[in-house]
Amino acid sequence: MREVAIIGVGMNKWGELWNDSLRDIYVDAAIEAIKDAGVDHVDGMYIGSMTPGLFVGQEHIGSLMADYLGMKGLPCTRVESACASGGVALKSAFLEVASGHSDIVIAGGVEKMTDCSGDDATYALATAADQEYEVFHGATFPGLYAMMARRHMHDYGTTREQLAHVAVKNHKNGAKNPKAQYPFEVTLEEVMTSVMVADPLRILDCSPITDGAACVVVADLATARKICKKPIVKITGIGHATDSIALHSRESITRLDAVTTAAERAYKMAGKKPTDIHFAEVHDCFTIAEIIVAEDLGFFKKGEGGKGAESGETHIGGRIPINPSGGLKSKGHPVGATGIAQAIETVNQLRGDAGARQVKGAKVGMTQNMGGSGGSCVIHIMEVI
Amino acid sequence: MVGIVGYGAKIPRHRIKVEEIAKTWGADAPSYKKGLQLTEKSVPAPDVDTVTLSVEAARYALKRAGISGTEIGAVYVGSESHPYAVKPSGTIVAEAIGAVKDCHCADYEFACKAGSEAMFTCLGLAKSGYVKYSLAIGGDTSQGAPGDALEYSAAAGSAAFIMGAENVVAEVLYTHSYMSDTPDFWRREHEHYPQHGGRFTGEPAYFEHITGATKAILQKSGMKPQDFQFAVFHQPNGKFPMRVGKMLGFTKEQIVTGWLVPVLGNTYSGASPLGLTAILDIAKPGDMIMMCSYGSGAGSDSFVWKVTDRIKEVQNLCPKTRPQLDEHKIYVDYGTYAKFRKKILKNK
Amino acid sequence: MFPSRTWRENPQRYRLEAVKCAKHNKVFFPPRRVSPGSLDGSSLKPYQLPNEGTIYTFTTIEVPPSQFKDSAPYVVGMIELTDGTKITCQVADCDPSTLKIGQKVKIEFRRVQTHGEHGVLSYGYKAVPAIQGVTTV
Repeated sequence: MREVAIIGVGMNKWGELWNDSLRDIYVDAAIEAIKDAGVDHVDGMYIGSMTPGLFVGQEHIGSLMADYLGMKGLPCTRVESACASGGVALKSAFLEVASGHSDIVIAGGVEKMTDCSGDDATYALATAADQEYEVFHGATFPGLYAMMARRHMHDYGTTREQLAHVAVKNHKNGAKNPKAQYPFEVTLEEVMTSVMVADPLRILDCSPITDGAACVVVADLATARKICKKPIVKITGIGHATDSIALHSRESITRLDAVTTAAERAYKMAGKKPTDIHFAEVHDCFTIAEIIVAEDLGFFKKGEGGKGAESGETHIGGRIPINPSGGLKSKGHPVGATGIAQAIETVNQLRGDAGARQVKGAKVGMTQNMGGSGGSCVIHIMEVI
Repeated sequence: MVGIVGYGAKIPRHRIKVEEIAKTWGADAPSYKKGLQLTEKSVPAPDVDTVTLSVEAARYALKRAGISGTEIGAVYVGSESHPYAVKPSGTIVAEAIGAVKDCHCADYEFACKAGSEAMFTCLGLAKSGYVKYSLAIGGDTSQGAPGDALEYSAAAGSAAFIMGAENVVAEVLYTHSYMSDTPDFWRREHEHYPQHGGRFTGEPAYFEHITGATKAILQKSGMKPQDFQFAVFHQPNGKFPMRVGKMLGFTKEQIVTGWLVPVLGNTYSGASPLGLTAILDIAKPGDMIMMCSYGSGAGSDSFVWKVTDRIKEVQNLCPKTRPQLDEHKIYVDYGTYAKFRKKILKNK
Repeated sequence: MFPSRTWRENPQRYRLEAVKCAKHNKVFFPPRRVSPGSLDGSSLKPYQLPNEGTIYTFTTIEVPPSQFKDSAPYVVGMIELTDGTKITCQVADCDPSTLKIGQKVKIEFRRVQTHGEHGVLSYGYKAVPAIQGVTTV
């Protein structure tokens, strides 16, 4: 297998993009990534998108985006793994380049989520859970994570306040991210008194409904060396795993086996261990998710993720900065685009381009992108050379 | 010996008080309580309907019968609030209790006597030997129009009986049915709420048919009211069953055990069958029970039951009827009640 | 909702029919075609789930998906049945503020979805607290 690098990144300012359609937002992000990479052509494209069919009634977006990018004929496919669709698109692009089949491939992600009512969006997202045995009974995504949170609190003494610390920290980081949907700070009290969504999770524990796209250009290392003017960021580890999508079918609901397994695979491939990681972009779709994932990636002992969030160790400048971009919480969560946006933040950090939210001395970064309530997880470890 | 092999009752947990309904309409609660002789009624939550109540009642009946659903050869559900206008309730009940697929099934409708007619059919099947065990259900989630007198009483509940010729807990000794075309109460197709003839529902309707059926069965059996330990008459309100009992020579003591309406309301097809379950819950071997239903339109089915020794073995196997009325209660206000019963006009 | 989709699930939703794998000594609900790791279902035998259990975890859904718009707020819980099998369903007839992990529940037959005013009715299981007493809401 050839070594693979990310040579260009592009994403919109995320938010409620009323003037832009699904195709518009994707094209904007892709053009930015292509220009950042400085390439004159691409050989293929993978687009992560969870459910454009439910959100805007559009499937077959691989061909649509290739056409609107002015690249008719380009081999292009949509890949789907719920909220991990973006991460899986990146993995697909990696494999196509690593195999030698292509030299330059775009991995993108997109979701246009505001062209439908709030309950229709809740429904669309819930299709990532077990339709007949969870969703049928009225479970929603906030609901499933709320059940995990309640059990984590019961088993490990995690507190309501510790959950809020995750949101406060991510908003603090996101306030320094010009592309974030909600670039403002929130206080502990604001989080803990915000509108209840699914007890104990409140609206400020939840990632928002977002329109957004993100693209990266990946290339084999030789091509990257020829083209790249910026520091080259290599993908050195990939781990991908699945689990039962129904929460009740799992051995534990306070541990995410797809995350532990994917992490094990990624660490092994990269030859790294948790202490080698300088910062991580993790899938904080809900505050409890960041706490559990931080444990399952090996940054904290099981049950101590809550204390970790409270201690400040996950802040920029802390022992293991988590979500310097602001995370899904502040940056936004256009589901299919999230995995790519995590890669973009990681590239920016490793290039030293992260501005006010730069993690000093960052050489090794990790992205952890998750589908559903943990039914899929894809992890990338990246290093700057 | 043919009769009841197992029985079960299900009453939903939600209740609304007469005062709460009266307050909404500016009505005088004490006069309603006195006039109807009832203080509260059961309310079905939005996830409760005739089918769900009937399934729970049928599961209790199976447990008391000591048989599995696969042994049931006929299922008849009597109700005037079947969830579907077209599509049987009975198949859902049968499927839920595992009485599929070699089984007779149909829904009955005869206002409030659909359940007792189902009981009669099943007794006939047991007696003829056509079907070993058959399931008869009377249940309703009754509707009363907002502000109408019926709104104070229309309630929810279901009673299930498994009829057979072995392991009987109450033997049927006599039956009689008495009916005529008397339009005292009706609901036309596509209408939400029933219409009724006010006082016309009394003398020529309820009283005429209950006394007709009861007198006939007393004559058939050669029995007198004093020969019975218990009697249960259709109970649309607290007053009627007590008055008809007195007219026929039954005492308050005989009636009071199955007289659930003061705290349950009128469960329509479930009304006299639920009363019978409450009696069976405490009856002793050898006790004689008079039961008489009434369905508008109009007719009455009367039964003479004799309790057997096996009753003692089954009474405590499942939740009894009175405790379901007195415990597990959740009181709702009129707003919640109106929401539950879909009385609030919503944006589609 | 096309009727076949809800009809197909009747054995599981109406009667809690599961399968038990003799090889793994493990219950699968809903039933599945093959036992994990074997590509073969011969070790899976019909198994009846118990209808009692305890609340393993729960939440109150305040923001519902479109098909549950009229039901919110409602409680969704994960129930650990007496044989250890876990299922997800609503907890009905309860005051959410008094619910606790470990609380005893009983499974009852309820309407789960109505698919609007015209659709087929989907019935299934819900948990109800196995408590007595009087509540006012």
